Amino acid sequence: MKNKFSLFIIIIFLIFCFVVFYKGLNNPNSYTPKVNEKKNIPNFKAKDFNSDNYFNSDKIFEEEIFYIVNIWASWCVPCRAEHPLLMQLSNNQSIKIIGLNYKDNFNNAKKFIDDFGNPYSRILIDKDGTLGVEFGAYGVPETFLIDKNKYIIKKFVGPINQEIVNEIKLIIK
Amino acid sequence: MKILKIFIVLFLFTSFLELRSDEINDVLKNKILKNIRCLICQGQSVYDSESEFASSIKLIVNRKINDGLKEKQIYQFLREKYGDWVIFDPQLNKNTYVLWLLPLLLFLAGGLIIQKKIQKKNEK
Repeated sequence: MKNKFSLFIIIIFLIFCFVVFYKGLNNPNSYTPKVNEKKNIPNFKAKDFNSDNYFNSDKIFEEEIFYIVNIWASWCVPCRAEHPLLMQLSNNQSIKIIGLNYKDNFNNAKKFIDDFGNPYSRILIDKDGTLGVEFGAYGVPETFLIDKNKYIIKKFVGPINQEIVNEIKLIIK
Repeated sequence: MKILKIFIVLFLFTSFLELRSDEINDVLKNKILKNIRCLICQGQSVYDSESEFASSIKLIVNRKINDGLKEKQIYQFLREKYGDWVIFDPQLNKNTYVLWLLPLLLFLAGGLIIQKKIQKKNEK
């Protein structure tokens, strides 16, 4: 009886170990942040791309509409791929796109916008990347969807695609 | 002349205090940076990494220390932005109960088995 109980405990323990390791095998090796967590917009002050003025976050997100914050740079190749989709989104009247120019050279960034078009209602300069950290970004490009109540409701790591654009359109409808 | 001497002593003393506080801040900064995981080059701490992400985090930590934030407050700030995973030293919460308690339970179970074995041996 006692031996049977010990055997039972050992089997349960082995099954537990198997389940833990099996689940671990299925986990991706790279870090995947939580993308659906509702967060407040950070409080920050940032320099405008087209003027020398500084703006507070409450001034930037003052309208009761949806906002998209897109982190981009002229040196970032995936940013070029997603740019036409941002242009497509910018035609939508119920959303404003705020660009966050990440660790970029001003002239290169300006050329990028001149060449590919400007989907942004406002571009902010993030010279040292600290503004991106305030948003919880760790790379470029990254896109954040902000609802009318000023909560970040979605985060898209990497370049956006048509599927994501459709998802955004469905949310802001 | 006396006033000048007092002035020089005061100047040296304040310079020393400033240096000392910079040194303390540097020690704290390095301690924090060694405990933050670089999310780009995983397995490396922000302290060891030269990635864009790490350089931004270094600036943020420096700024927060200069703003007078405590070590725990800085960790809390980073946790809010990137989740628990960004800190190498995990906190005790509902997601880490197994991580913290399992070794203790295994240790206790092992102790019990050893005690039973010893008791059995003594009975014989």
